Amino acid sequence: MADMVTLKIDQQIVTVPAGTLIVNAARKAGINIPVFCYHPKMEPVGMCRMCLVEVGYPQRDRVTGELVKNEDGTTKISFAPKLETGCTTPVVEGMEVRTTTEKSNEGRKAILEFILTSHPLDCPICDKGGECALQDLTMLHGPGKSRFIYDDKKLFAKHVPLGEMILLDRERCIQCGLCVRFQHEVVDDPVLHFYQRGRSLEIRTYSEPGFDSIFSGNTTDICPVGALTTVDFHFAARPWEMERDPSICAHCAVGCNLIYNIRREAKSGGKTVIKRAMPRQNEFVNELWLCDKGRLGYHYVAAAERLTQPLLRKDEKLVPVSWEEAYQRVEDKLRAEQVRLVTLAGGRLTNEDLFNFHQLNQSQNGKAVLYSQMAGGDLTAQIGLGKGSNFSDMGKGTAILVVASDLHEEAPLWWLRVKQAAQRGAILIVANARPTRLDKFANHVLRYEYGQEAATINALLDGKGKDEFTQAAKAFSEAENGLVIYGSDGLGLNGSEQLVKACAKLLVERGYYGKPNNGLLAVWDKPNIQGAWDMGFHPDRNLKGTLREADVAMIAAADPAGDNPILAQALEETDFVIVFEMFMTETAKMADVVFPVQAQIEREGTYTSGERRVQRFDIVLPHIEGPKSDYQIAAQLGRLMGLSTEDRSPVLVMNKINEKVKGYQEITYSRLAERAEQWPLISRADSYYAGTGYENEYGVGIQISSSADRGEELSLGTLILVEPQEEVATGIKVVPVTALYDRGQLIQPSQILAKRLTPQVLLMHPVLSKKYQLQDGDQIKVKVAGNEIVSGVKLDADVPQDVALVARSNGFPISSPVFVQIQRLVPEPEA
Amino acid sequence: MEKYILLRHRDVPEIDQLDVYKANDGLVAFEKVVKSMQPADVTLEVKNSGLRGRGGAGFPTGIKWGFLPNNSWPHYVVANADESEPGTFKDREIMESNPFQFLEGLMIASYAVQANQAYVYLRGEFWQLAAFLDEKIKDLEVAGYLGEKILGTDYSLKINTHLGAGAYICGEETALLESLEGKLGQPRLRPPFPAAVGLYGKPTLINNVETLTNLPLIIQKGADWYRSFGTEQSPGVKIFSLSGCVNKPGNYELPLGVTYQELIFEHGGGIVNDNKIKAVMSAGASSDVVVADDFCLQTPLAYETCLDRIKAPLGSASIIVLDETVDMAWLVSKTVNFFKHESCGKCTPCREGTFWMDSLTKHMMANESRSEDIDLLRSVALQVQGKCLCALGEFSTMAVVTAVDRFRADFETHVRS
Ligand SMILES: Cc1cc2nc3c(=O)[nH]c(=O)nc-3n(C[C@H](O)[C@H](O)[C@H](O)COP(=O)(O)O)c2cc1C
Ligand code: SF4
Ligand code: SF4
Ligand code: SF4
Ligand code: FES
Repeated sequence: MADMVTLKIDQQIVTVPAGTLIVNAARKAGINIPVFCYHPKMEPVGMCRMCLVEVGYPQRDRVTGELVKNEDGTTKISFAPKLETGCTTPVVEGMEVRTTTEKSNEGRKAILEFILTSHPLDCPICDKGGECALQDLTMLHGPGKSRFIYDDKKLFAKHVPLGEMILLDRERCIQCGLCVRFQHEVVDDPVLHFYQRGRSLEIRTYSEPGFDSIFSGNTTDICPVGALTTVDFHFAARPWEMERDPSICAHCAVGCNLIYNIRREAKSGGKTVIKRAMPRQNEFVNELWLCDKGRLGYHYVAAAERLTQPLLRKDEKLVPVSWEEAYQRVEDKLRAEQVRLVTLAGGRLTNEDLFNFHQLNQSQNGKAVLYSQMAGGDLTAQIGLGKGSNFSDMGKGTAILVVASDLHEEAPLWWLRVKQAAQRGAILIVANARPTRLDKFANHVLRYEYGQEAATINALLDGKGKDEFTQAAKAFSEAENGLVIYGSDGLGLNGSEQLVKACAKLLVERGYYGKPNNGLLAVWDKPNIQGAWDMGFHPDRNLKGTLREADVAMIAAADPAGDNPILAQALEETDFVIVFEMFMTETAKMADVVFPVQAQIEREGTYTSGERRVQRFDIVLPHIEGPKSDYQIAAQLGRLMGLSTEDRSPVLVMNKINEKVKGYQEITYSRLAERAEQWPLISRADSYYAGTGYENEYGVGIQISSSADRGEELSLGTLILVEPQEEVATGIKVVPVTALYDRGQLIQPSQILAKRLTPQVLLMHPVLSKKYQLQDGDQIKVKVAGNEIVSGVKLDADVPQDVALVARSNGFPISSPVFVQIQRLVPEPEA
Repeated sequence: MEKYILLRHRDVPEIDQLDVYKANDGLVAFEKVVKSMQPADVTLEVKNSGLRGRGGAGFPTGIKWGFLPNNSWPHYVVANADESEPGTFKDREIMESNPFQFLEGLMIASYAVQANQAYVYLRGEFWQLAAFLDEKIKDLEVAGYLGEKILGTDYSLKINTHLGAGAYICGEETALLESLEGKLGQPRLRPPFPAAVGLYGKPTLINNVETLTNLPLIIQKGADWYRSFGTEQSPGVKIFSLSGCVNKPGNYELPLGVTYQELIFEHGGGIVNDNKIKAVMSAGASSDVVVADDFCLQTPLAYETCLDRIKAPLGSASIIVLDETVDMAWLVSKTVNFFKHESCGKCTPCREGTFWMDSLTKHMMANESRSEDIDLLRSVALQVQGKCLCALGEFSTMAVVTAVDRFRADFETHVRS
């Protein structure tokens, strides 16, 4: 516990940790010192001078060092002759701060007047109008009339694109530098800079494409004025016209807390639509940030051609039918004797959906299969990140090993938080087959060949091998706390299984589990993979065979046929396919029954994040006519089969989950809605302190305990490794990696991200390309497992020399390493 | 008998040649410190001499050296050769004509704080001077005074010159450091001060060129000798850059404590055309405008007396003389325009205040203003004061407030009734 100091701010006595800045101490006392250039997540710079206050220090006798007393026995306080910046001055014992004296008020008024001399005050057409710190402070402290000659104002270009996602209004910029500092200090994408000086200072981007950062949207929140706007929200709505609904980002396993701002509008045919996504503070998860995928990738909700009616195959054609008829058909199928049922569930389903699907599946002795290429959810449930873990608490004394993960692409917010933990002094070990954006912050960077993931972890365990390995092994073993984060870079399910076992073994041998800030963390590729494991779903190494042999396959939130032609072939052989979908996917097209389901934002539910934090989301948009929630449909089918599955509300399903599922005992919807005291104390209401991100009024969720936390006996299985079978095949080995902006169902509809989508190419080292006489930009025909695909070629010297990389969900059907044949396509001569 | 301590080239021809410099006791002091003195003793000697920084603030040099912590390494030394204050042209003469004495001073300071790397940060316009200094540095390297294991001792030192890109603010020590690191020249928050966290986050000593040039003779002849010049609180000699309406503008090296009267009328040859003196500015554009009455002219030019008697800091001692023909409104419009042009823009009051004052004075010079605009100008200046991140913002207001207060009639002639 840090030393506490007590000071007086205006008439209030405040006690805060030593080193707290005056502005933050004041917030604690409910006193709002206005700031522009200060942000509680960044180093103070004292530029804007808005936070000037009177600061007095207890006076000490020069000779004796004793505190000097007034006649009445109180300590004498001597005030500095000048005002001081509250954002740069740490509090000390006995300090006195005055924020409302004439002198302080004069300072504040002066700074505002200065800012306004060069501000256009075009609030009526400004996207920030209504939630702007400058606007509010002007109303509070500003002069009613300008002493500045209007014609002398500098005019600048407005709406200057900084790339295609963010616009800059040069006139509105108050040169607070927050955007520049955020890009440099916080997210390490130093693509914004100040250009020129004095009144001519302006923000410029020097990257290609402009403002090349996956965190760029955050600058529009922290910009204290309307100088930065996303193209997405530009002129889209006024803040006061929108309502707010809390939700959880569905794009990755981090589970960032957000708010969707919605409005009913004529422009959208009188429908209620989402106008923007904003971060919601959760210091355990995403702090105050969102990545651009989470912020801008919500347009899929409005994507056209949703399924609205149950479909039934009649005479080889899917035709709309009533719910009753569809249910009846499924019931008949399930009631047939000795039906072999497989339930294939995707990681976008909620815990409630998965629980009900599992109940239904179990009643028919079906096989519950998780549609995922990563293993280890059973291990994370047992020795995963201990309850009470928080990246923000990690620093000196903690060792973090990141293996087979390009965190920046796979889970942006974790990348950010791991980077910051390393900057605070945590030992960071990054092991990967190729360089990633985390290497720069690592104390140890370990390289291996694709396929050697598990062997690499074993080498760390032995502490033998190359020098780097022994050093990293030593560093990892000497820490107080240790965690291992594993991803899926270059891995399929087999490799993942090997890897996670090795990771578990390492953690167990080092004793890094069962306590906060220790344990195993999986970078799942979908938001609720952990929940799916917890509800009883596991991936299947032989999915092809399982589907082929099934009599009935229930497929929810997964499109195996669309992802992989081999699985499509397998499904051809499945007798009866039931699909739960929002859209007419390839798999739905092959189904015998299709149930239309609601989107995440049309319903309530919970996800369990990678950190095993159960988080709740609300209904954001009224659901469209027709579809139901997966949990409801599963429950109704269950009831037809004689089960007492809960179909009334997810709240009630959770009450069943907490009775039955280990670790979920304490989870109820009301507990998930509990707020927690968070630091920094941000606010929208009084000052947009820390930007326009939302305070968390809707609950921060609950991190569930691991078996080890609960002191239960562990059953980790054999952690002994099978030597990976060397696959021998001809051709080029292609390994799958994750790209943030892939061509998945959830991303494509967001036009704003179109230019940033990962190119559809085989990424290869120049050495490899030379072998096949290929050049950057060539088109090739790729033969993979009997299929032919056309792809581009891109050269990258960072890629290992003997493999080619392909992004998942990017048009190339790959889920695990494969060998392919390639052939260069000669462009047709132009006619 | 030699007349000069700093401008020795005026006594010794070709002292910019290493052999000539050496033949005139050059590098004796440096050889003495590296071979026979402990760094702390060098610092002590400088402390005892009472030498105060010539960059403007007059901070005691030896005391500043003592601020560099001995638990954080490496240390760096930077010679501030940005010399951009209007009316200041002393460092340039030193470097152009007596380069070795300046470099030797820099070497002594570097030894005193045990820095192995020193920089000379020059304003961008000094590019020829930078090339010239590079040659002189080379000469010293060839002669074994710079480089590895100097003169057979364990001490190593390298000096590099670095050119700014044309910004007055880069004379401010923390903006200078940013610029030296290759960043935009904007001041840093202080504290921490450069002595604790400076170049690349390491303890850094920054001294003005003239400050450093004093060192060889202080070491060679001792603190007591140095104290035989100047006043009790401002020992030694100072180069006064004299400009404006005087007959003989130029650099004058004189003991601190010489009066305005002596400097302007005895050394500077009096006012042009025998005009009447109206006012003086003692620190270039960053000065109060002081009415040049007898009381003012009798003021000794020393750090303490300027403050005590006329409340106008000596600063860099760049004395600008203004006679009766000078229109103070014009003068203010010029200084304000300078600061508007040079404001780095980092902090609000200076960025916006200088722009505003500039726009007001422009209207004034175009005879477009009203009487209340004079009050407005003064009010804007006062509003800037006490709120800026660095001293430049404060500097920008000094002439404005004092000129309006003391020479309001000059402004009134520009306004419409
Ligand atoms: C706006 C501004 C400009 C300055 N310009 C110079 C300069 O050109 N040369 C200089 O030596 N000091 C300049 N200074 C002072 C330096 O910040 C610093 O105090 C000085 O270099 C310290 O050296 P000294 O202790 O030897 O005087 C300037 C200060 C300010 C605030
Ligand atoms: S664009 Fe916004 S955040 Fe960036 S400097 Fe300007 S006002 Fe500050
Ligand atoms: S980091 Fe993951 S959860 Fe957070 S906003 Fe981005 S995609 Fe969504
Ligand atoms: S006072 Fe002027 S020069 Fe100094 S930091 Fe502020 S804007 Fe820059
Ligand atoms: S100077 Fe404190 S908020 Fe900007």
